[in-house]
Amino acid sequence: MKKFISIVIIAAVALMVLTGCGKATTSGSVSTDGSTSMENVIGALGESFVNENNDINFTYNPTGSTGGIAAVSEGRCDIGLSSRALKDEEKASGLTETVLAYDGIAVIVNINNPVSDLTLEEIAAIYTGEITNWSEVGGNDASIVLIGREAGSGTRDGFESITDTSEKCRYRQELPSTGDVITTVSQNPNAIGYASIASVKDSVKVLSVSGVMPSEDTIRDGSYVIQRPFILVTRTSVALSEAAQKFFDYITSADAVDIISAAGAVAANQG
Amino acid sequence: MQKKLDRKRLAEKIVHGIFLILGLVTVGCVLLITVYLVVSGIPAISKIGIFDFLFGTTWDSTAAEPSFGILPFILTSIYGTAGAILIGVPIGFLTAVYLAKVAPTKIKSLVGGAVSLLAGIPSVVYGLVGMLVLVPTIRSIFNVPDGASLLAAIAVLAVMILPSIIKVSMTALEAVPKEYEDASLALGATQTETYFRVSVPAAKSGIAASVVLGVGRAIGEAMAVMMVSGNVANMPSLFRSVRFLTTAVASEMSYSAGLQRQALFSIALVLFLFIMLINAALSFFLKRGDGHE
Repeated sequence: MKKFISIVIIAAVALMVLTGCGKATTSGSVSTDGSTSMENVIGALGESFVNENNDINFTYNPTGSTGGIAAVSEGRCDIGLSSRALKDEEKASGLTETVLAYDGIAVIVNINNPVSDLTLEEIAAIYTGEITNWSEVGGNDASIVLIGREAGSGTRDGFESITDTSEKCRYRQELPSTGDVITTVSQNPNAIGYASIASVKDSVKVLSVSGVMPSEDTIRDGSYVIQRPFILVTRTSVALSEAAQKFFDYITSADAVDIISAAGAVAANQG
Repeated sequence: MQKKLDRKRLAEKIVHGIFLILGLVTVGCVLLITVYLVVSGIPAISKIGIFDFLFGTTWDSTAAEPSFGILPFILTSIYGTAGAILIGVPIGFLTAVYLAKVAPTKIKSLVGGAVSLLAGIPSVVYGLVGMLVLVPTIRSIFNVPDGASLLAAIAVLAVMILPSIIKVSMTALEAVPKEYEDASLALGATQTETYFRVSVPAAKSGIAASVVLGVGRAIGEAMAVMMVSGNVANMPSLFRSVRFLTTAVASEMSYSAGLQRQALFSIALVLFLFIMLINAALSFFLKRGDGHE
């Protein structure tokens, strides 16, 4: 019995060593730092990257977009993550931006709601409580029920920053997941909610914003406005380490497109 | 002979040791959780200030200037639990009296089985049914814009606490010595008089324990109420969206950081203190019950 166990152990160790040798090409570490909204996307990419490159250590530090930009410009991380475009002075200070993906947020209403289009201003006015009845935007005479996400959610942060309603939204319900938002909107004829494009289902009606329906194409070309870029920030004058460059190439390649869309974003690279 | 005895004694000792270790695992878990909660809950309370934390009326954890007042959560938890008890206890208590004393055996086993089944339904299922059936129903009956409210949560909780109230009350009522009832009947009291004047008073500590158990279940429930109560940090009101102590922790935990996360641990600590109080009340009632017999 003992002999058998030791043989199994030896075999397992040998197998591990062999597979380890087979893949080891680059070693080192990649550190990323920044936007909390990008957690899903960068986490999924990091995971699959590490699966393919066992010797490379991947880290992600959720400090917020501004924190990530500061970290990369001070050299505290390899790649900064930002969910807003770089400002001109940030670019002037020697930073380069590469769009990794776009975060598109669909505004959804109940399937029986006659309203099918709102402007960005109307959406903001609805969420801040200036417009409280659907009849004010061409719908039925019924009060609008605002459905949102919980504080700290990346989708909520994205929606509020794009519509410029941060800390001003008067939610009727704050739900802890996209699925709950969709279910609730599908149940209540007067509800309006928002959800990441990738997870919207047929049970709810997606509104066009100023006449533009959200789709991968309209998000990529920028005509659908409730979207924001997910940006990789690097230093213009300093080259990335070998490991970091490998990671950078991997996540901007066509291989990563599926992972990015599974994580709820639209890849900038069309694949 | 002596050797055999020694071996037996040794085996006995080993078994005792195993029992002791298993017992200590439970105690260790409780201690670990208590210490962890206190250690991680205290910093935020001291940073925010205990008065601002417990009696502040606004919770805005991700604002540029965050405020961490949990009074809305505390009141919601108390109101929600009280409402559930108000609805659930009369139903549960009368069901228990019926099942323990009046019901024919066939009905008793049927209803008893249904009650056990109710106890086994996962809370997420209660939440789902509440979300898909109860919330729209409340919306149309009361003609409010949205049905996700304190009322919906109370209704769900009232159903959820029924099994513990019925089962524990039933056990207490069944344990009442038959002589008491026979004596009462012999003195000319009707059956109903006997049940409510003799059996119920004799079982009152067990019934009280069942109510406390129900309170514990209601105040600690998170998943089901999260799905029907809307989760906005409003001061409690029957038709408004509200957030409980449990859901306050559960809904923000996944994305929280820094002081926000510490404050969530502090909420958990407050909840923990509530549960400790309830447990103390429970053991008080149970001890009093033992004293009688």
